[in-house]
Amino acid sequence: MDTHVGDPQETGNAAEGQVPLAIEARALVKRFDGFKAVDGVDLSVPQGSVYGILGPNGAGKTTTLRMLLGIIDPDSGYRRILGADRPHDLAHAIGYLPEERGLYPSMKATEAIAFLGALRGLPLKEGRRRAHDLLERHGLGYAAERQIRQLSKGMAQQVQILGTLVHQPRLVVFDEPFSGLDALNQGKLEVMMRDLAQQGTTVIFSTHVIAHAERLCDEVAIIAGGKVPFAGPVDVARDSIPAQVRLETRAGDGPWRAALPADAQREGQFWRFPLPDTGIEPLLRALIAGEAGILSLSIERAGLHDAFVAIAGAAAARALEQAKPEEAAR
Amino acid sequence: MNAQSHSGRLSILAAALVVARRDFTAILFSRTFFFFLLGPLFPLIVGGLAGSVGRQVDSSAGANADPVVAVAMAPADAQAMTRARDALSARLGEGLPAFRIVAPARPSAVMERHKVSAVLTGTPAAPVLSGPRERVEGWSGAVAMIAAQAQAGPLRPWPAVRIDATAARPKADRQAGLRTAQGAQTLLFLLTMMLAGMVLSNLVEEKANKIIEVLAAAIPMEAVFFGKLFAMLGVSLVGIAAWGAAGGALVLAAGPNVLQLPEPAVGWPMLIGLGVVYFAMAYLLLGSVFLSIGSLAATVREVQTISMPVTMLQVLLFFLASFAMTRPGSAVEIGAILFPFSSPYTMLARAAQEPALWPHAAALLWQAGWVALLVRLGSGLFRRRVMQSGPKVRVKARRRLLGRARPAPAGD
Repeated sequence: MDTHVGDPQETGNAAEGQVPLAIEARALVKRFDGFKAVDGVDLSVPQGSVYGILGPNGAGKTTTLRMLLGIIDPDSGYRRILGADRPHDLAHAIGYLPEERGLYPSMKATEAIAFLGALRGLPLKEGRRRAHDLLERHGLGYAAERQIRQLSKGMAQQVQILGTLVHQPRLVVFDEPFSGLDALNQGKLEVMMRDLAQQGTTVIFSTHVIAHAERLCDEVAIIAGGKVPFAGPVDVARDSIPAQVRLETRAGDGPWRAALPADAQREGQFWRFPLPDTGIEPLLRALIAGEAGILSLSIERAGLHDAFVAIAGAAAARALEQAKPEEAAR
Repeated sequence: MNAQSHSGRLSILAAALVVARRDFTAILFSRTFFFFLLGPLFPLIVGGLAGSVGRQVDSSAGANADPVVAVAMAPADAQAMTRARDALSARLGEGLPAFRIVAPARPSAVMERHKVSAVLTGTPAAPVLSGPRERVEGWSGAVAMIAAQAQAGPLRPWPAVRIDATAARPKADRQAGLRTAQGAQTLLFLLTMMLAGMVLSNLVEEKANKIIEVLAAAIPMEAVFFGKLFAMLGVSLVGIAAWGAAGGALVLAAGPNVLQLPEPAVGWPMLIGLGVVYFAMAYLLLGSVFLSIGSLAATVREVQTISMPVTMLQVLLFFLASFAMTRPGSAVEIGAILFPFSSPYTMLARAAQEPALWPHAAALLWQAGWVALLVRLGSGLFRRRVMQSGPKVRVKARRRLLGRARPAPAGD
């Protein structure tokens, strides 16, 4: 197993003038029974940022996070977490909420939080004190002495989230943190994640609900088919696909139609098409000259959802194309 | 949130103690622990009930538990025989058949009328003992001695014997030490068999509750394994302490004659101390293997399936250690000492037979090394097979053996 391909110095961790990286991964590969679940993933997560890992189901998000945290080792590639090659060496500085939530049902909420802190090196007594504080602060003080089995699924999940944070980690990794929470608690969690980032904690989370990432993230990585077709700021992701033009005309037909791009689509009274590379002005002139009778025209910037669908869809299609010859060869 | 009031990672031992403390308290304060403590009571109750039923059956069948010999002699002879019997019994203790004087008659008629085991007729000079062959043959010597005493008259005073106990045991006494060794070994085996199997299902809870990933992300898997083992060992020792206290109280109440085992070579306190330490080692050694096998099972049903071969393995180890005990100094005994899983049993038996202590220190170090190695192997296997991490296991046989293990679910 080669888990150290590439020199950490060469990969440019905290190069001059750049924000230091909380997570740096290069060419991570993981196979399960011959199937490449993760295929050359590169990630650079700046310290103090909120970073989203987006991807459809089965894309390789959880496997990537598990490799970053040292739960499983990559078959090849290189990872560096908060400057350390071995994530367990920094267990006290990392918090992790797995996708498959798990607490001991017979434990009381306070004890469960303190236990999760103790696993990360926080003394039990201090853990209990902080657990009480956290539960009170998040409106769960009444459940402090209740057993986990007596709590609702959502409440138990909140308890586990607090247990993830009780030792005050510098890096928090959430795997699908919003699943299982109602809308109200999803909002609370978003606020909590923003607060963490404001205090300097790096927050990385995976999700397939793009709206959360769009509201929270500074940067995202889109994983599809085990690869990362995009990683960078959310704005760059949105700008990676052209803005959409929405046009409403008085005339149903006429010479102005020739000015529309070939891929323009009619949606009721409207025409919809990507903003041409030449900009909107030449198009406007052609429409006016063709007597289109413009009633309204708007340019809509692509949302992260559109960008995700386009990027992940294209990546999935490429992966499918690549898989065909390999399958045939077998 | 960023202030770190603590620093550094937990050592394997510290992390193991966090896991052990959680498991230990969870088990100790559960309702099921009470039933665990009561566990040994059930065989005792069943045994008591079975004995009671047996006595009832014997009683109904007219069986006479205490052997009574009817003395059907002339009155003077009968009186002389009874006096002689009582006088000898006072000095020799129990062991002589009880005498009951009856009117002279045919032996078969006496046995039928008085429900006795045998009938003594004739005279002290020429006694005749009638009854079933298997009984009367065993008593003929005792009856002859009583008859001789009846002819000799009152007993003369016997000289007092001065006791001069020696510390060293002659080699001929090893046979006596063997009984103690056998007892200690059997007790160690029973306790290990009863308790070590508990760890088989120990990681199933973590896997069912999805906690294993939280543990694996925070601490090394070795620490999880050690923590589980320490916790179950602690629970077992609490149980043994409770049972030992109850058993000790019963022995004290029953008097000193209940346990009549020869003094072990290292002395009772040292044997008990070594017994506790060897139990811990036997538990950790077997437990580490059971934990590894059990951790690869996904459900309690799979664990139950595994239990049978595991129990058979334990019995085989016990046979090996028992056989080795009867061949001190042989290659078999040395092999049983070196083989880690039989080593604790064999060494405990040795403590009952040989006074030297240094071999125990060496054996304990050897066994502790194996515990560390087995936990490392077990946790590595768990990581590879269940957590799907690390290089693939290439040994096909191992794959077949553990083929039903399932990887931890990865959402994507």
